Amino acid sequence: MNSLYYQKRLSRNIGDKFFTSLSVICALIAILPLIFLVTYILIKGGSQITPELFTLEPNPPGDDLDAGGINPALIGTLIITTIASIIAIPVGVGGGIYLAEYSKGGAFSRFIRFGVNVLAGVPSIIAGVFIYALIVSTKILFGSMYSGLAGGMALSILMLPTVIKTTDEGLKLVPNELRYASLGVGASMYTTILKVTLPSAFRSIATGVVLGIARAAGETAPLIFTALFSYYYITGFGDLFYEMGSLAVLIYNFALEPYDAQNKLAWAASFILVLSILSVNIFSRILAAFTEKTKRV
Amino acid sequence: MIKTNKKIPKNIILSLENVSISYGTFEAVRNVFCNFKKGNITSLIGPSGCGKSTVLRSLNRMNDLIPNCSLKGTVLFDGTNIYDKRVDPVEVRRRIGMVFQQPNPFPKSIYENIAFGARINGFMGDMDELVESSLRKAALWDECKDKLNDSGYSLSGGQQQRLCIARTIAIEPEIILMDEPCSALDPISTLKIEETMHELKKNYTIIIVTHNMQQALRVSDMTAFFNAIEYEDGDGGKVGYLAEFNSTKKIFNSPKEKTTQEYISGKFG
Amino acid sequence: MEEKLTLFKNRKRFGIEKNIDIIFKNTALVLSSFVAIILLGIILVVFFQSFESFSRYGLKFLVTSEWNPVKDEYGAFTAIYGTLVTSFLSLLITIPLGVGTAIFITEDFVPKIVREIIGSFVELLAAIPSVVLGLWAIFVMEPFFRAFFVFLHNSFGWIPLFSTEPTGRNSLLAILILVVMLLPIVTSIARDSLNQVPKKLRNAAYGIGASRWKTIFSVILPAALSGIMAGVLLALGRAMGETMAVTMIIGNSNEFSWSLLSPGYTISSMLANQFGEADGSQVSSLFYAAFVLMILSLVINIFAQWLVKKFSLKY
Repeated sequence: MNSLYYQKRLSRNIGDKFFTSLSVICALIAILPLIFLVTYILIKGGSQITPELFTLEPNPPGDDLDAGGINPALIGTLIITTIASIIAIPVGVGGGIYLAEYSKGGAFSRFIRFGVNVLAGVPSIIAGVFIYALIVSTKILFGSMYSGLAGGMALSILMLPTVIKTTDEGLKLVPNELRYASLGVGASMYTTILKVTLPSAFRSIATGVVLGIARAAGETAPLIFTALFSYYYITGFGDLFYEMGSLAVLIYNFALEPYDAQNKLAWAASFILVLSILSVNIFSRILAAFTEKTKRV
Repeated sequence: MIKTNKKIPKNIILSLENVSISYGTFEAVRNVFCNFKKGNITSLIGPSGCGKSTVLRSLNRMNDLIPNCSLKGTVLFDGTNIYDKRVDPVEVRRRIGMVFQQPNPFPKSIYENIAFGARINGFMGDMDELVESSLRKAALWDECKDKLNDSGYSLSGGQQQRLCIARTIAIEPEIILMDEPCSALDPISTLKIEETMHELKKNYTIIIVTHNMQQALRVSDMTAFFNAIEYEDGDGGKVGYLAEFNSTKKIFNSPKEKTTQEYISGKFG
Repeated sequence: MEEKLTLFKNRKRFGIEKNIDIIFKNTALVLSSFVAIILLGIILVVFFQSFESFSRYGLKFLVTSEWNPVKDEYGAFTAIYGTLVTSFLSLLITIPLGVGTAIFITEDFVPKIVREIIGSFVELLAAIPSVVLGLWAIFVMEPFFRAFFVFLHNSFGWIPLFSTEPTGRNSLLAILILVVMLLPIVTSIARDSLNQVPKKLRNAAYGIGASRWKTIFSVILPAALSGIMAGVLLALGRAMGETMAVTMIIGNSNEFSWSLLSPGYTISSMLANQFGEADGSQVSSLFYAAFVLMILSLVINIFAQWLVKKFSLKY
């Protein structure tokens, strides 16, 4: 009878050691990019942060040593993302409510859920191409071509699937007993949804939506030929109908410039973009972990 | 260097010496001493939470899979403490097989379910023959000899459990551990598995955890009764211990302990 | 009794409340069908816009690589080839890396908290905007890999894939940045699939003395395979449609070359690069290319969904 003791030389044990180290290496490689990337952006971008950065217009690329600031792009990103949210959140939440609360798993809802997944898989640049054909080239918006409004619409197409999905899934997690309780005292369906189910799913839906907004804020491809880019301050409501800058497009444009000053501006914009997106993500993660813990107690 | 100095009778195959098992800071079982005889069927009975499944899982180091699970004391098998740092748990499990509460065939064909274990144990003989003999020993051959290539999941619950027994037999273990093997099954399948166990007794040592006292009475030679008592410090937590260990006849007819008497007569549990 | 009832002024549902209920439901219905309308709209618009180019070049568009706005000759072969090569090769690297990482996270090699941190790190990588990765690729990755590319060319130049002198921006860099982008997708889906494999299967394998990796390879990975496959397909769809980082690093050249060390093109980078300044039949040809990209990603996406449905009910 062979011994029970661990034998290093056994091919089984050598194999196990080998594959275990392989998976350790995989995990190491997988976390390296984020660490490198974030440190680099923090150092390179963080060193560019000055008060003027937030207040000045960018200077047009050239031999100018001073690149100016990113104020229009920063404001532009806020405006375009807001437009996208104004469109996508009501549509998405409403659609999600229908899927989770009204549809009874029939052909229509299955088709819509399928459509949501397909739409989520449509390349982001196609959304830009679509809005270009529909709005920019037709000048349908009061004769304006490239505009912040068109950019917001393109982004809303990308946000929509996320919002519907989180609403649908968030509502499905609400226990049916709660619905019955409300309907059982004679509440209408819409009161039940607005006053009972939606509030109790609010946190998970809000988290999903905020993450969706954060994601949209960094999207570039749908903007490069819908909102285009602008070097100038946004001064009034009318600017919605003209080219509008954004952090993402600023990074794209200035990364490809041969001038160091513009490259630095791209790094500064990346710093702001990545820092805000990561903090939203990390914050929502901590919040989710915290909720889970309190629920368990 | 391998053997311990303690004298253990030849007919004792597995021996627990002062075994305590905890999950993190929670102590599940305390100070268990127990000798399992070769060729016997020993059943572990007791109320839920008494740690009998924990003890069973510790016998072939399946507890390694549970995070934070730790064991104090020694489990001697073949003269070796299987919790010695130098011991390879995989080696232990190859000689002490296990059948679980839920039937758990692999999502492979019936044939492959049995061949899989044999192959990893380096079986060099005639695989077809091994599959047939294992299925015969598990009393499953007649029911599935024509559909060996069907998925293990195509079988009924009772058949799946016998397939799992056959799978364990195929690796020719010295001991088979069974963790409430019939709890998910109907009475007829249960009876079939009990018959199977009687057959297996000729070649293997079996240790079985069961909730069903009739089953313990029907199948086993020895019975270990586990109970749980509150901690001495009295914060309401319970710890399991071995209350009585004797031949099944004695446990059921003339138990020494009062709690045993109460448990087998159905007063608690 | 009568008296008591009058205290509830809404005991009888008024017509208006019933109407609100109906309006609410139908609004939700209309909003949910927006998804279908937009999807259909995208397909139709892109199709009709590409019609001119389609009727002019037909399927020849897919296999010729002439792209000349001056002579009005268009063929998207270089971009289609680039799309397929970059996405498949990047996936080829990502699959073992991502699945390996997922295994590391789901096994108990290190304490749970460490695994959770690693998992979060990988997922946070997915939140980094593509354009930032592109910036990073230009200024950090490219100089970092330059020497390695020269080495590749010098040692393996006889392989067509490495047959040209490495240029500053090239297809291989695009592949590497795609790996960084796909890694979180493959890893998180693979991790979820591995976690969904029932515990009892692991018990079964351990119970008959299978070693850890024997169990992983023979039992756990096969059981998680369909989920992992679906994740891989989703990642493939993402790789094909990925635009910014690739556009910034691939070099954007329509010269066809087998070599990964020379500049290339993908459909999406071609769109990003040319759409703003295109006019005439070039626009229609770009829409044609967009249509091809859309069909490719639709097919992959639908296939992935089908795979998930088909195999999710196995246990």
